[in-house]
Amino acid sequence: MEQKTFTITAETGLHARPATQLVNKAGQFSSEINIESRGKSVNLKSIMGVMSLGVGKGGEVIITADGNDEKEAMEAITNQIQEELGE
Amino acid sequence: MSKVTTRDLIDRFSLELLSGEEGIYRPITTSDISRPGLEMAGFFTYYPRRRLQLLGRSELTFLERLDTEVKEERLAKLCTSNTPGVIISRDLEAPPELLESAERSGVPLLRARDTTTRISSQLTDFLDAQLAETTAVHGVLVDIYGIGVLLTGASGVGKSETALDLVRRGHRLVADDSVEISQQHANTLMGRPPELIKHLLEIRGLGIIDVMTLFGAGAVRPFKRITLNVHLELWDEDKAYDRLGVDEDTMRIIETDIPKYTIPVRPGRNLAVIVEVAAMNFRLKRMGINAAQEFSDKLMDVIEDYDRDEF
Repeated sequence: MEQKTFTITAETGLHARPATQLVNKAGQFSSEINIESRGKSVNLKSIMGVMSLGVGKGGEVIITADGNDEKEAMEAITNQIQEELGE
Repeated sequence: MSKVTTRDLIDRFSLELLSGEEGIYRPITTSDISRPGLEMAGFFTYYPRRRLQLLGRSELTFLERLDTEVKEERLAKLCTSNTPGVIISRDLEAPPELLESAERSGVPLLRARDTTTRISSQLTDFLDAQLAETTAVHGVLVDIYGIGVLLTGASGVGKSETALDLVRRGHRLVADDSVEISQQHANTLMGRPPELIKHLLEIRGLGIIDVMTLFGAGAVRPFKRITLNVHLELWDEDKAYDRLGVDEDTMRIIETDIPKYTIPVRPGRNLAVIVEVAAMNFRLKRMGINAAQEFSDKLMDVIEDYDRDEF
């Protein structure tokens, strides 16, 4: 299982559009991918779940990937987040 | 990690704070309420100090009869550093020794209007709900003919589409995609949507739709007890699916097992109808009519008669 913690630095936080891009990226992999924020964990492939977290600027999220392509998935998600969302 | 403090009780039940204000943010870790009758008689061996202490008319009348010294000693023992609060019912007068002891140890001393039994059951209900274990499940919760059905399955298998179809047929949506579940009493799972996405449904190709504005207030529910799990999965040629329905599979959420049906998905299968019938059949079973079992019994009778005919 792969696990990584990110801090969201984007001004708008995990808003609808960036959340969608992240969910679409996660959907390309078969691994089970979860995102956790403030003790609540949801499936990263579910747009409604991710948006229900309401992660704002400065929020910390933990992403875990578990499955056959967990390494590739984590790499792609890391790139996606670093591009515009945070670090 | 505790979520409830004595402060929440003050707000919720409009209690009057008499003394010990320092401790109003003390956490409440158990829903059990203690009525310290034996303690007032001097028996502190098993004193449940972490519980809320509730003093009613009998405890207070008994206290009145004690000598001041004894009273002071016992009331000092009642207010420990772990006690989340002492509540006096029926708007009764608090003994000055108790006011003092509560202030000294920082245990909030509260007063309620209601009778002891009443306040006790209200507190237990409230604390049970607040302290219930919770979890989030990826799935869709729909109320079908009064049965709370949790649809689960991999992303993109058609959970939300099935829910939309069910709503069109007059059933109610509770939560889409993410269901917050709490176990309240033993074997009772309550599901509700995260606040931000209630009444919403995400349909691929359409985006996010608001079920309540589209279909009306009758198409949604704020929460629902979960009694059945229908798991959708892509049809796997190598897997044997239930053909009879005699055996029951279960899904475990927190510490509760609920019946689980696994329904294979293939183009052309009308999932909403299948899920609807699954819920109806489940209701029927609870009313004591089990079609699969009855059929199996009948078949057994015929087979037994067949043996008899031979000889």
